[in-house]
Amino acid sequence: MTATSKAPAATGAPPSAAPAGAGDLVLSALSKRFGAFVAVDELDLVIPQGSFFALLGPSGCGKTTTLRMVAGLEDPTTGSISIGDEDITARKAYQRPVNTVFQSYALFPHMTVRDNVAFGLQRRRQKEVRRQVDEVLELTELTTLAGRKPAQLSGGQQQRVALARAVVNRPAVLLLDEPLGALDLKLRRQMQVELKRIQNEVGITFVHVTHDQEEAMTMADTIAVMNAGRVEQLGSPADLYENPATTFAANFLGQSNLIAATIAGRDGDRVRLDLPAGSVTAPAGRVPPDARSVWMGVRPEKIRLGPAGDARAGTNVMAGARVIDVSFIGVSTQYLVRTPWDQELMVFEQNQGVSRLHRPGDLVDLLWAAEHTFALDAAQDASAGVIIDPDAVAEPAGAGSGSASGPARSDPAKSGSGSGSSGPVRAAAGAQK
Amino acid sequence: MTAAPVQLAEAGGGPSDAGAPVRSRRRTGKGRRRSSRMAYLLLTPGLLWLALFFVVPMLFLLSQSLQTGSVEQGYRLTFRLATYTDALSTFSPQFIRSFVYAFLATLLALLIGYPLAYAIAIKAGRWKSLLLVMVIAPFFTSFLIRTLAWQTILATDGPVTGFFRVTHLLSITSGLGWTNGDQLLSSPLAVVAGLTYNFLPFMTLPLFASLDRLDPRLLEASGDLYASPAETFRRVTLPISMPGVVAGTLLTFIPAAGDYINSKLLGNPNTTMIGQVIDGQFLRVLDYPTAAALSFTLMVTIVVIVAIYVRRAGTEELL
Repeated sequence: MTATSKAPAATGAPPSAAPAGAGDLVLSALSKRFGAFVAVDELDLVIPQGSFFALLGPSGCGKTTTLRMVAGLEDPTTGSISIGDEDITARKAYQRPVNTVFQSYALFPHMTVRDNVAFGLQRRRQKEVRRQVDEVLELTELTTLAGRKPAQLSGGQQQRVALARAVVNRPAVLLLDEPLGALDLKLRRQMQVELKRIQNEVGITFVHVTHDQEEAMTMADTIAVMNAGRVEQLGSPADLYENPATTFAANFLGQSNLIAATIAGRDGDRVRLDLPAGSVTAPAGRVPPDARSVWMGVRPEKIRLGPAGDARAGTNVMAGARVIDVSFIGVSTQYLVRTPWDQELMVFEQNQGVSRLHRPGDLVDLLWAAEHTFALDAAQDASAGVIIDPDAVAEPAGAGSGSASGPARSDPAKSGSGSGSSGPVRAAAGAQK
Repeated sequence: MTAAPVQLAEAGGGPSDAGAPVRSRRRTGKGRRRSSRMAYLLLTPGLLWLALFFVVPMLFLLSQSLQTGSVEQGYRLTFRLATYTDALSTFSPQFIRSFVYAFLATLLALLIGYPLAYAIAIKAGRWKSLLLVMVIAPFFTSFLIRTLAWQTILATDGPVTGFFRVTHLLSITSGLGWTNGDQLLSSPLAVVAGLTYNFLPFMTLPLFASLDRLDPRLLEASGDLYASPAETFRRVTLPISMPGVVAGTLLTFIPAAGDYINSKLLGNPNTTMIGQVIDGQFLRVLDYPTAAALSFTLMVTIVVIVAIYVRRAGTEELL
């Protein structure tokens, strides 16, 4: 797996495929400029054949432009794109073995569902169009709607037609441009599961562009977090979540508490970090090797509120924080606490029925395991990648997760998503590695 | 989270998107009654207008065509159908010529108007409005003046005729019988050119309207699904713009078939169109029954042609 232009050591990158394997999608030094604006900046990426790959980033980060260049709908300014050994950079869209599921679906309004799905096969003069179309209609549960026009379908059905129309061609790479963006929450969940199932069944490489970190984490094997035309970090969802390499990744995937710290001393595999008040330890592997000042990071759900006396060896303690807001969600309680140096931190406590609920104004100590502490180079902006969520602004206490995580919490067992609730599950997975 | 039970209850409804029809079904009987009364109210002025100034004159015309007599002695309704057969046997060449010219003008206008409308709708960007104004600009001058201007454009000592002469196109068109001798004017070519020019905006505007609504992402999707630009045009652009093609061809063909100005100003006695004949029968020969019979036949023929055309074009499927 190629790391990236910015290359903050793609921690725990998935098993690296042989360079340019049979049908890997390879982007080499791919750039796109619109006038003075650099949309995509010297992007190097290898997407292994058969993987479910997500390009995740805020709007304007270049992810859609990257996708459109792969589809052939946009010409790269420099760089090349190849699939396997074949360079497709110069090929027109209609000559590439690549299909796209458009955000707006772009279904042909004058054709029935069946004709829409058959379109690509017919253009390539394929045999047995009818049988292939029938199969895909079955796969996407559209058989009974085959005779309808797109205008007679609901949003979710149109989405499935768009998917069927692309999948039926068995492209080397299937591109999904925010495919679920236009669907309501419930349908989006359903389609996430369905997309994953279909990808498993057909085994085509899926490249999925999204700004929804939860969607990316639910579906993708590998996520490339993009920012300002570059890949910030690459890895499996658990990797990215547990080992963010940049403040952007730390903030964009879930939430992080970042505290300015200086490195006080290294002791074997432990590093001592001085906070504005007190000090903590972190595993040496999670601290940039030659940094002096860093951002000390810890995920909100890793922190426990309790009396410092409880602390066992290997536990970081930050004493004297004051609870300023509490929101009880059921699955967990989200606390906003203020440190003695007036910084606000998030703490998510699982509702295991053991600890009592704190109230605003309570003085508490924050405890977390030393191995859950990470440090990032202080040269970066601590607020990079923070998701400005209108709901969160309206009620700061609810800022625990993206606005989209509501229903996930209604069923914690599924744990499918919600930055808040998916965190611990991923954490468990990550910790075992 | 308080919303959870509600969402669970909704989820219990199953994959509800499966069969949900898009159209709203619920409409109370009361609402429907009121909206249909409103519809009639809105239709009334138009229907009255049509009844007074279209249906009544049509009946007069029909009755006139079945009368016998003369301007001096007056007319009587005798239901003489021979007026129709006489008129048709005398003027069938002009009839056929009218439809041939109208067809050619429509075809040419489509061939010129489609790329024009496509360019304005899809490629013009910020020049769109200006180009549209230019399409409509000829309407600021009267139909008659514009047609007279073509006499100057095609004048025998003018540059266009000169160009045709130098390139030997003129000898080709003469050979084909489209022009006579060494002039462009007073020829079938000039009449068809005039018709094409005069009705081009009626072709272009509906085409523009339908192409302007065409979602460019559909063209991208077509390319993405292995269709070459030519195939994309044939399979996506053209079918989706069919309502515009049908509207444009109708708005060109119908008035062109009945036109009598272009053939009068730009043609010769051998290019006489049926409009000219009707004009002459009504205003100079004063044979009202024949003129009325020709008018009526022209109208019925156009209605039949249009009905067949619209049915074959199958535009209702596009909506």
